[in-house]
Amino acid sequence: MSDTHAARAAHDPAEIDRHVRTYIMVFATLMVLTLVTVAVSYLHLEIHEAVAIALLIATVKASLVALFFMHLVSERQVVLSILALTGFFAVALLLLPVVTNLDHITTADMPVGATAGAHSSESAHH
Amino acid sequence: MQARHESPARPHVEDHGHGRHEPGFLGRYVFSTDHKTIGIQYAVTSLCFLMFGFTLMMLMRWQLAYPGQPLPLIGSWFGEARMPGGVMTPDFYNELGAMHGTIMVFLGVVPLGVGGFGNYVLPLQIGAKDMAFPRLNMMSYQFFFVGGVLMLATFLLPGGAAQSGWTSYSPLANINPGQTGWIVAMVFIITSSLLGAINFIVTTIQLRTTGMSFWRFPFFVWAQFVTSFLLLLAFPPLEVGAFLQLMDRLAGSSFFLPSGLVISGAPLNVAGGGNPLLWQHLFWFLAHPEVYVLILPAMGIVAEVIANNTRKPIWGYTAMVYSIIFLGFMSFIVWAHHMFMTGMGSAIAAFFQTTTMIISVPSVVVLTALFLSLWGGSIRYTTPMLFALAFLPMFGIGGLTGLPLGLTSSDIHLHDTYYVIGHFHYVVAPGTVMAFFAGIYYWFPKATGRTMNETLGKLHFWLTFLCMNGVFLPMFWIGLAGVSRRLYDGGASYAHGQHVLWLNGVSSWSAWIMGAAQIFFIVNFFWSIRGGKTVDKNPWKATTLEWEAPSPPPHGNFLHDPVVYRGPYDYSPRGYHADFRPQAQEA
Amino acid sequence: MSQELIPYITEARPDTGLTNGKIGIWCFLASEVMLFGAFFASYIVLRTTATEWPHGSSILNVPLATVNTIVLITSSVTMVMAWASLMRNDFGKYRMFLGATVLLGFCFLGIKYVEYSAKFEHHLLPSTNNFLAIYFIMTGLHGLHVIGGMITNAYFLVAAPSYWDHDRALLGHRVEYSGLFWHFVDLVWIFLFPILYLL
Repeated sequence: MSDTHAARAAHDPAEIDRHVRTYIMVFATLMVLTLVTVAVSYLHLEIHEAVAIALLIATVKASLVALFFMHLVSERQVVLSILALTGFFAVALLLLPVVTNLDHITTADMPVGATAGAHSSESAHH
Repeated sequence: MQARHESPARPHVEDHGHGRHEPGFLGRYVFSTDHKTIGIQYAVTSLCFLMFGFTLMMLMRWQLAYPGQPLPLIGSWFGEARMPGGVMTPDFYNELGAMHGTIMVFLGVVPLGVGGFGNYVLPLQIGAKDMAFPRLNMMSYQFFFVGGVLMLATFLLPGGAAQSGWTSYSPLANINPGQTGWIVAMVFIITSSLLGAINFIVTTIQLRTTGMSFWRFPFFVWAQFVTSFLLLLAFPPLEVGAFLQLMDRLAGSSFFLPSGLVISGAPLNVAGGGNPLLWQHLFWFLAHPEVYVLILPAMGIVAEVIANNTRKPIWGYTAMVYSIIFLGFMSFIVWAHHMFMTGMGSAIAAFFQTTTMIISVPSVVVLTALFLSLWGGSIRYTTPMLFALAFLPMFGIGGLTGLPLGLTSSDIHLHDTYYVIGHFHYVVAPGTVMAFFAGIYYWFPKATGRTMNETLGKLHFWLTFLCMNGVFLPMFWIGLAGVSRRLYDGGASYAHGQHVLWLNGVSSWSAWIMGAAQIFFIVNFFWSIRGGKTVDKNPWKATTLEWEAPSPPPHGNFLHDPVVYRGPYDYSPRGYHADFRPQAQEA
Repeated sequence: MSQELIPYITEARPDTGLTNGKIGIWCFLASEVMLFGAFFASYIVLRTTATEWPHGSSILNVPLATVNTIVLITSSVTMVMAWASLMRNDFGKYRMFLGATVLLGFCFLGIKYVEYSAKFEHHLLPSTNNFLAIYFIMTGLHGLHVIGGMITNAYFLVAAPSYWDHDRALLGHRVEYSGLFWHFVDLVWIFLFPILYLL
């Protein structure tokens, strides 16, 4: 008989019950984190802190969804390899904004670009 | 493992209600889910697109060689709007240029290499009965076909076809007519390649026959496998770029439009604040991996043909496989070397210059391994082998002339000149297209049970080979003299380019002769389907699995499930009675 | 398709431990990661190189989006519960949970509709500024994904009885694939929400 996750689980009601308990716990955590991220946004933190906190919470939430709802926590090697590969290329994709801004970041006398963008979004709070 | 022992033709399992009878004409040729039919559909369609794209270029070559002179004989066919008095307008020239690039890359070379050869050969080489998702495979072709027809149909739209080059740089592409149709057609083509890529990856991982481990894959399978990942992961950013550009054109957004843009003296009435460089990033994030999508299937074909015709194993198979995997990774972090002159800054240019130099290494490894594979072989100079042999120096020239473009300092002089055109055409046209011809001559007996005519084939080869070089070699001199590409008059108005302009004539005449030489191929192709010499299932005495199946292979491919016992290139094994030992030959 | 030709549709291939569809859907999701990844990268480029960029909450409706986030997360849970019910051979609960997933999808789209029409009423359009433009294209494309997921889920709701009678294992696999897509849609929204509304 095959031993995929689905088939394996189908023959074991106790395992499914354990799954369901996990789902409910993850659900509760996601709800709490959603409320936390909204609450933090009303504190009007400094933009860098706000971005860091919001992305941290979003990453935790997304990881929970991926690990437990999408079963990555017990997934097979092939799928994990494909995702690792995708992760590498997704990181390369995020080089893109760095590439457009690197000289503005590394050169102090550049007036436009990253710094200007950050200032304006900062001032939007007040 | 179910149903392994059943004969493939037996209608046993119901296909959701309608029992499987022998398919009719539509089922067999138009809406077929058989990977071989789809492969042939892809191949024939993309060959037609290649010929069409080449025709566009032959028209342009008249304007480049004889700027402002009326096109003889056929000049009046294109209407007064596009060619008043037989002289093409600059707008029409731009349409031809943009569509030549688009058609050749997205509708010609990629669908032929991946959709055509990949679909036909890959399942056979890994011993699969079909692709993992046959219906998705069919849809992939249909999306491609619709996208291709839409792309050609943009010529008939009121604004004409796209005019901003195959790279469609914004903001130019935001304001040119015809671009909307280009974007919509591209979305179809991207969807097609997405479906194809998923299918290839799953098929390669899941449908390998018994004994076919990854390290027993023929190099062609590896090449297709890596290519599929590039297609899967590199196309989405271009799709995003296409969506954003579509929004700019239809919804009035300003993603790629900076503030204060003035066109023909009038300020553009948009919100502004966008970033034109963003388009280039999104485009080249696809288009550099795309270069490897163009070349990897060609390398795969050449490896197969060379191993078979030298009658010895490929030298450095393992190194070649690691090289193309490394190539696949690196191809995602070199894209900005197309953008050295955009003012993106020297620190990041240094980074991309370095990665570009690194990515040339695996290509050189592959090329060196293929060259060394020739050493000491008893070479059979068949038509496919001639094309494969020609690939090596052609790709070598194309690759090596790329190095000066990857270095920022020399790129300042060479950027956007004919040198660039010469460089990438050497990779794609004399390189990839020669390899594809090798593949067609090589696998034609598998698809039809007959060989193509050798005399016509050799005539086709020599004319094509000489003319290819006649077309593209002069471009290096024209480019080094500083003549810009995309000039309507081919540089006639450039004082500093006058001494090389005669080379434009050499280039043009070579292109036209090469166009005429393809008649040998077309005649040979169609005549051989019915009139070629009938051969058995393995006419080239090859080792890989596709030659275990009957020619042409039936629905389900193999009469018995093949079992693999050894690596792909066991040619001239010591102490064996024949000079080749097939992968499926029991020990 | 003809199972006689293609193995590993319902049974896993021994050496990979996976069915064809499982690898297929993950490949598709991998390309979706690159799609939305490119959108996020474009968003960062546009924002960091713009001279002015509004704070999301000054234009968009945060309470509505919070409700929508909760709706979508809940639908993810009902989706996974539908799959678990199927694994327990509880067909009634499967239909209930999957039905709830589709309904929550409608709920999400309804709220989105209210949001969009409020923007159009105030003439806040893609042409107004790039913040609104990227808001519309990202949420619009995400909305299309929601609709796509709803269509497949609705199909597995309607076609379930015939699957149940003929090929339960296949239904289990396909609901799992559909679920994977639905969770991915949820996952994208988890990032869209703070980036567009809260920052």
